[in-house]
Amino acid sequence: MNKAQQSMAEIVKETYQTVGLPLLDDPKIRVRNANVFYADKQAIFDVNLDIGKNQVISMIGPSGCGKSTFLRCLNRMNDTIDICRVEGDLLLEDEDMYDKKIDVVELRARVGMVFQKPNPFPKSIYENVAYGARIHGLTDNKVQLDELVETSLIRCGLWKEVKDRLNEPATGLSGGQQQRLCIARAIAVNPEVILMDEPCSALDPIATATVEELIHELSENFTICIVTHSMQQAARVSQRTAYFHLGKLIEVNDTSQVFTNPEHQLTEAYITGRIG
Amino acid sequence: MTNSTNTEASQAITQLFEDRTLLAKKRAVARKRRNRSEQRFRWAGRLSIAFGIACVLFLFTDIISKGIGAFTQTYVDVEITFNQETLGLSSQSTEQEIKAASFSSFYKKALREKYPEITGRKEKRELYAMFTSDMPLILRNMVVADPSIMGSTQIISMIADDDFDTYYKHSYGRDLDEADKISRLSDMQEGLVDSLAKSGAVKTKFNTILFTNSDSREPELAGIKGAVVGSILTLLVTLALSFPIAVATAIYLEEFAPTNRITDFIEVNINNLAAVPSVIFGLLGLAIFINFFGMPRSVPLLGGFVLTLMTLPTIIISSRAAIKAVPPSIREAALGMGASKVQTVIHHVLPLAMPGMLTGTIIGMSQALGETAPLLMIGMVAFIVDVPTGITDSATVLPVQIFLWSDSPERAFVEKTSAAIMVLLTFLICMNSFAVWLRKRLERRW
Repeated sequence: MNKAQQSMAEIVKETYQTVGLPLLDDPKIRVRNANVFYADKQAIFDVNLDIGKNQVISMIGPSGCGKSTFLRCLNRMNDTIDICRVEGDLLLEDEDMYDKKIDVVELRARVGMVFQKPNPFPKSIYENVAYGARIHGLTDNKVQLDELVETSLIRCGLWKEVKDRLNEPATGLSGGQQQRLCIARAIAVNPEVILMDEPCSALDPIATATVEELIHELSENFTICIVTHSMQQAARVSQRTAYFHLGKLIEVNDTSQVFTNPEHQLTEAYITGRIG
Repeated sequence: MTNSTNTEASQAITQLFEDRTLLAKKRAVARKRRNRSEQRFRWAGRLSIAFGIACVLFLFTDIISKGIGAFTQTYVDVEITFNQETLGLSSQSTEQEIKAASFSSFYKKALREKYPEITGRKEKRELYAMFTSDMPLILRNMVVADPSIMGSTQIISMIADDDFDTYYKHSYGRDLDEADKISRLSDMQEGLVDSLAKSGAVKTKFNTILFTNSDSREPELAGIKGAVVGSILTLLVTLALSFPIAVATAIYLEEFAPTNRITDFIEVNINNLAAVPSVIFGLLGLAIFINFFGMPRSVPLLGGFVLTLMTLPTIIISSRAAIKAVPPSIREAALGMGASKVQTVIHHVLPLAMPGMLTGTIIGMSQALGETAPLLMIGMVAFIVDVPTGITDSATVLPVQIFLWSDSPERAFVEKTSAAIMVLLTFLICMNSFAVWLRKRLERRW
């Protein structure tokens, strides 16, 4: 850690209180006093944040600031890491996600996820999209399933490109197509929230633009949380932006507000490129 | 460091940086040295491969040259009249009557009548010893199968005794020194072989006995069928037990088990078990399965149990490696879709890990197929002349059969040993090719 970063850490330590507008009325997801630990090391400190219905919220911040960790808390993907421990209240529509009575499979059906690297299953394109419907028993027969696959692919703008090769391996698609397929796979089970962990970082600019457009369209029907390294992307796709720093939520506000008139000096430092 | 060397060194460095031709010279020397060492390294590799190939070639030529003889067998066509009076049988005789008849004296009499010039007791014994001692039995079985041949004269293809067979195949009619001759025949017997051969009655045919008979005291009647069937039954038991147990263990340890001291302990022990000499597993089988559980000895079921213990670590280790090699992104994708842990494993991890698991299993099976020591401990070394019909019949296996035959002094058994090794190697090559084919097929799917 260099001197500048050290002094930043001091600032965070001394004045930690999220600035901006972290809380909303009638949110989709309500997070209160969330703390996340990896073994003894704390990764997330006292985060309070509301995520609005059918909104896109982007999470930005320097590497290792905990934004991905926070995102993975929202559908309990951190459960798969043995040493990870989550404390605090995380509510999805006023239901505690970490309640013992909640079935994690059910939760993940409601909160879908798209990952950094496109990760289609090594099966056919059709099987990839149909998988969620199959395991959750959503369709009654083949005709319905076909319809569901087609609808999902159309919504992701992938139908025209793949309709003649649904039975070919998904791994044969280009990176951008694969990522859109992953999004199609996620929306095929009609989740309420979609979490996206740097969905465009492995894609070229054209594929990125397509995916961004898709995110924009999907925000009409889904609540979307997107972690991104690109501030331009955050500015383009999201209504709200949350800035994380060293595991702390520094500032949350409307995206235009954050990028044009940041309240906190750390946010300003980050968006002007002085830290990152 | 003294001052003088210091200045010398600094002078040398200064010169080095001023004079680029000197620099190039130094680089050239280093380059030559590097090229030479690379050449040496390459040649060392080539030599090792050549040595390996030479060893394998030597092994194969040795085995094939020794064993090829066992694939042919000498027969002698002899006319025999099924004399009704001597046997006291007719074409209407019942099976019981036929079985009660003395075919042995009938057969000896028939031979004596063929060679009336042979009179002495010793010579007569030598005459009988020209053919396999099972001939009376073979004649009887012919009559049992078809009683109507009674009274007729048949040309019987008689199986030559192993001494006759060996002499005829390796020494007869060749211009050999007395010392190089492989013969345990007396001069009279050699004379008989000569006259029989000249009359055109002696033939060598493909040795079907080798594949249709089980073990025997008589080399010319000994075959590998019992051992092959025993091996197959034992391997089936081993496969049926070890594959599911090993795969379940590997999946549990890799995907579900918490990482704590107990799982660490189990892991270390599995790795150690893979290095335990196989004879220990035999002793374990003897102590536990035979002495404690009272299982019958010498049976494929028991052999399968012991070989399962032996192959489990191999399959578990390779299955775990195969599961580890499945990219975590696939697991994340499935979990993120709301698949449960078990669904993730069954739908995504297992299909991707299957080629690796199968490879490990076949390697384990090949090991089990070639294993001798643990089976000696549990009595699968017994002399068994029947082909086992189930996993609870006494049996022996191919490598043990090889071990048994290699102990026998008869030249014919030496041949059979090599022949059995060839069959075993064929089995192994087939199994391994099957494994390669299976892996290619499963991998090519996506």
